[in-house]
Amino acid sequence: MSGRAGAPLDVSADLLAPPGRTGLRMVLSRIGTLCLVELQKLRHDKLDLVTRAAQPALWLLVFGTTFSQLRVIPTDVPYLDYLAPGVLAQSALFVSIFYGIQIMWERDAGVLSKLLVTPTPPAALVIGKAFAAGVRAVLQVLVVVLLAAVLGVGLTANPLRLLLAAGIVVLGSAFFCCLSVIIAGLVLSRDRVVGISQAIVMPLFFASNALYPEELMPAWLRAINLVNPLSYQVDALRGLLIGTPSRLLLDIGVLAGATALAIALATRLVGRLGR
Amino acid sequence: MTAAVRVHGLRYAFNGSVAVSNIDLTVQTGEVFGLLGPNGAGKTTTIRAITALLPVPAGTISIFGLDVTRNRMAVRRLIGYVPQMLSADSDLTGRENVSLFARLFDVPRRQRAARVDEVIDAMGLTEAADRRASTYSGGMVRRLELAQALISMPRLLILDEPTIGLDPLARSGVWERIAAIRRDTGMTVLVTTHYMDEAEQACDRVALMHRGEIRVLGAPEALIADLPEPDGDLDDVFRAHVGDHLDDDRTRGMRDVRASRRTARRLG
Repeated sequence: MSGRAGAPLDVSADLLAPPGRTGLRMVLSRIGTLCLVELQKLRHDKLDLVTRAAQPALWLLVFGTTFSQLRVIPTDVPYLDYLAPGVLAQSALFVSIFYGIQIMWERDAGVLSKLLVTPTPPAALVIGKAFAAGVRAVLQVLVVVLLAAVLGVGLTANPLRLLLAAGIVVLGSAFFCCLSVIIAGLVLSRDRVVGISQAIVMPLFFASNALYPEELMPAWLRAINLVNPLSYQVDALRGLLIGTPSRLLLDIGVLAGATALAIALATRLVGRLGR
Repeated sequence: MTAAVRVHGLRYAFNGSVAVSNIDLTVQTGEVFGLLGPNGAGKTTTIRAITALLPVPAGTISIFGLDVTRNRMAVRRLIGYVPQMLSADSDLTGRENVSLFARLFDVPRRQRAARVDEVIDAMGLTEAADRRASTYSGGMVRRLELAQALISMPRLLILDEPTIGLDPLARSGVWERIAAIRRDTGMTVLVTTHYMDEAEQACDRVALMHRGEIRVLGAPEALIADLPEPDGDLDDVFRAHVGDHLDDDRTRGMRDVRASRRTARRLG
């Protein structure tokens, strides 16, 4: 390559409109590409992982240690151990639910329309974004896992269980990312996406089993908990990381089904965002 | 020879308001074609329909003989697109921005790095390639976006207001790059602008749009020669076909104004 500015472009015939990938290979390629972009952004802004870890740290350090002392929430394991997977899931939720805001920024900046003019079907773009959110969430969760380990939480060291837990985080994050894209596609306004995301994120957290067992919930909250994907994510993480009894297959099935549905809906709406 | 772009009977309305009305347009292979007109004339809507960002409810559009509605992905492999807003990702370096599009266009892995270097070099960004795009000037961002659009060696380069908000020096820099691309590759270029002087110098043919319609189409010198008064320019051609008055309610949509302001703000 020459260092000279403004060198003429080489237009050899094999470079003109390469045939490109199709089908599953293309979807996998787009997922890889968008995940790579996420990692590149994180590499430029490592501090983001630390600042975003502040809130989960507070939940573990303040809420977790205090309620461990109070012993008002009956659990089969020490309360801090019980709480840690819930805080991990919350951390991933916070990362992924705000992807709708990012996509609105991309829309306003013209980035989204440029992406949609590439040979990338909307479904591949949505799946790519969803898994990119998962990759970022996993890295965020790793910071919280380290913090939990420092606090003496009895996390598993089994690599297979840790790998499965990472998969659950990716799946849950993909769902919440798509949920936020759906919201963005419906309201088409950055301010409204911010408002709705903020309005639903804490109810999602409190109406789940992240902080307390399902048995302690009143009937109405138990009904919400039943249809809240975050609860299935927390149940799976708790089973895998702490070893409490869980319904892993049901958890994975619900998360996979909810994610597939959310991807389908987000795919239908992402075109609206590009117009 | 197959036309690069053929638009027939294109009509588009937003919430009952007609943005583009029954447009017929042919862009020949290898030419630089300018869609001119004030903001709100329908240029961007036409471009968005050509790139298949908007559905085509009435009329037909084909790119190198391929219908855009039926062959969306195949058409997109033939297109390089630079939108009106400054759309490079400011959180990535210049090289990462270009590499992203190399991957999205499936540039083969073994050619990718060299290809990225080549287009960055062609746009004069080699020294800045590993800096984050947030540190670039407006003109550099535009050249970076050209590099992104050129990474797949498209047969049709579509530029939506490529010089909006740039200072005169940066504007001429962008046009020099576009001229060089055309000279080196013979690529077809479809460009929208409301700067008549730029179109007069850079375009082989222009279409003047107003109120969603093409009012006149032809080579700039031919259109100027047809004016009743000598020593005219494209501004005079526009006045001759449209008049001096632009309707306030039609010339600029809120989103259009926001986009221009955002671009101007990013350029300082």
